[in-house]
Amino acid sequence: MIGYLIRRLLYAVPILVGVCFLTFVLFYMTASPADIARRNLSAKNPTAQQIKDWEHQHGYDKPKWKQFLDTTEGLFLLRLGRSDSVKGERVITRIKESWFPSFEIALLSFGAAITINLSLALVVAYFRGTYLDIYGTTLCVFMMSVTYLVYIIGGQFVFGRLLKLNPVAGFLPGWESLRFAFLPVVVAVVSGMGASVRQFRTFMLDEMNQDYVRTARAKGVSESQVLFKHVLKNAAIPVLTTSVQAIPGLFLGSILLESFFNIPGLGNYLVDAINSQDFAVVRAMVFIGALVTIVGYILTDISYALVDKRVRLE
Amino acid sequence: MKAITSLFIPGNLIPIVAILLIVVGIKRAGQQPLWAEAYRRLGRNRAAIASLVVIAAYCLIAVLDSITWKSNVLAEPQSVITHIFHAMHVRSERTYSAPFAKITTGEPHPHPLKGWHILGTDGSGKDVLLETLRGCRTALIIGGFTSLLITPVAILLGMLAGYFGHRVDDVIQYIYTTLGSVPGILLNIAFLLVLGPGLINLCFALGITSWVDLCRLVRGETLKHRDREYVRAAKALGVRDLRILINHILPNILPVVIITVTLNFSSLVLSETILSYLGIGVPAGTGSWGNMIDAARLELARDPVIWWNLTAASTALFILVLALNVFSDALRDAVDPRLRSS
Repeated sequence: MIGYLIRRLLYAVPILVGVCFLTFVLFYMTASPADIARRNLSAKNPTAQQIKDWEHQHGYDKPKWKQFLDTTEGLFLLRLGRSDSVKGERVITRIKESWFPSFEIALLSFGAAITINLSLALVVAYFRGTYLDIYGTTLCVFMMSVTYLVYIIGGQFVFGRLLKLNPVAGFLPGWESLRFAFLPVVVAVVSGMGASVRQFRTFMLDEMNQDYVRTARAKGVSESQVLFKHVLKNAAIPVLTTSVQAIPGLFLGSILLESFFNIPGLGNYLVDAINSQDFAVVRAMVFIGALVTIVGYILTDISYALVDKRVRLE
Repeated sequence: MKAITSLFIPGNLIPIVAILLIVVGIKRAGQQPLWAEAYRRLGRNRAAIASLVVIAAYCLIAVLDSITWKSNVLAEPQSVITHIFHAMHVRSERTYSAPFAKITTGEPHPHPLKGWHILGTDGSGKDVLLETLRGCRTALIIGGFTSLLITPVAILLGMLAGYFGHRVDDVIQYIYTTLGSVPGILLNIAFLLVLGPGLINLCFALGITSWVDLCRLVRGETLKHRDREYVRAAKALGVRDLRILINHILPNILPVVIITVTLNFSSLVLSETILSYLGIGVPAGTGSWGNMIDAARLELARDPVIWWNLTAASTALFILVLALNVFSDALRDAVDPRLRSS
């Protein structure tokens, strides 16, 4: 297993280089350094010399391959560098400032979603074949068919404007943040509920048709015991692996959710950087995002092997 | 004669050819036992029939919206739907107006309306019903054209990777793992910035992110079939690799691919709204539910609340996506009962 992990981590290196290359190419296809210089220089009409100086200062005057090598090396050593914007703040400072809102919302919605979805899936699986099951799964399909945007706009309208329970958008530090986090968390949970409950229910029903369940029933184990003891344990494997995949989201936060609710998290930082063509920030954030995603995949494999003894990592 | 030549716009052929190809494809597939059986099962499923009717209605509206002609030589070409609305005296108003209202809303001195609007009008005075109907074409193009783009690529690369293995597999896996490691929404934004705005470019940008999963699936399926006895038998008989891939493996993985593509169709349609919110959706002037829903963020804050724009667009979107979801589930069950979800 250790050998497997080392191999997986080594395999991550070319992928990360590829991600850096992709960001690099895409960036140079959308903007030239001179444009960014013009955008970020304080002078209204910068002279050619000023632009040259800016490019030199931010390292955009070197040959392209040298730029690529330098920046990629920096990222691999986790030297995230400074932003290209006027203030030129360090990327790591911003990450330290804004990881918490992302983490808070992601953790809350992750925890709430998995608890609620799993319980609902257990309920519909227990009452499988009855009207509760039929209406429940139909409701799931209905919920899957509503766009994310409507959940957000509807949530803001109902909770924020009509009931005046929560602020519509924004964020404050400390305990106050829970009031701001409430709506994004509800939207995240509700919008994913339909698909997840249906998927989890399928996992449970797959297990219910197995031989060991029949054996348990034949022994005289009660239906609820079968469901909560035997089936739940085995269905936990696919549930776990689909959930571990969501862990990278804990770091980057939901880019969409943060931008919709104007939460000063990492996802919002990234979207702002794209809109202001702050290449240094985009580069660093995409790199970290890819790194976390790859780690998430490896964690999925490990959790799979830990829970299910039949799986061997080789 | 001149009237006829001005009537003929080459672009009109595209929707007609597309519909013809789909019909011929469905008919041809029905001759095979697998699909004949699937059609029979679909035919017994009332929900599937109902959703198919709904999808067909959306397609009809989209086709009507794609066939255009000019009312005179100088005019911009207009679609059949626009012509119909024009003939029914639905005119542009000054600004918002509620459904069935007689005067405009949101102005200090309301103006009387020139016509009546079942679903009211939007901020620039356009009829909401017309705008909603025009969104069908955009939604179906985004779902259909993107699927059309990614399916051949995913099948080709997935089959090559799964069948030949080794180096080929390494390279192809590397490409899609790299693409899959970047957050999808970022890739969409970046590619749209590179390609520039536009409906077709939007399809390409969505395609970049969505072919990965399909390719992974095709690779896995090919891997499963590669060592089956029928493939080994073909190899022993000296059939060339290309022939094995096209004549033997492809027909066996095609049902799974078709099911996956139909299941993904609705998520493609839904992603248009999100990209529109981020300001990189379809350009203004093209009917778009995403743009209509996005506009509602400001409209709901007004007093009186402008709700009809949001309601119309999201209902139209909801019904289409619901029909697509129900139909693709039914199709999956019909083609392969082993994959049944319930």
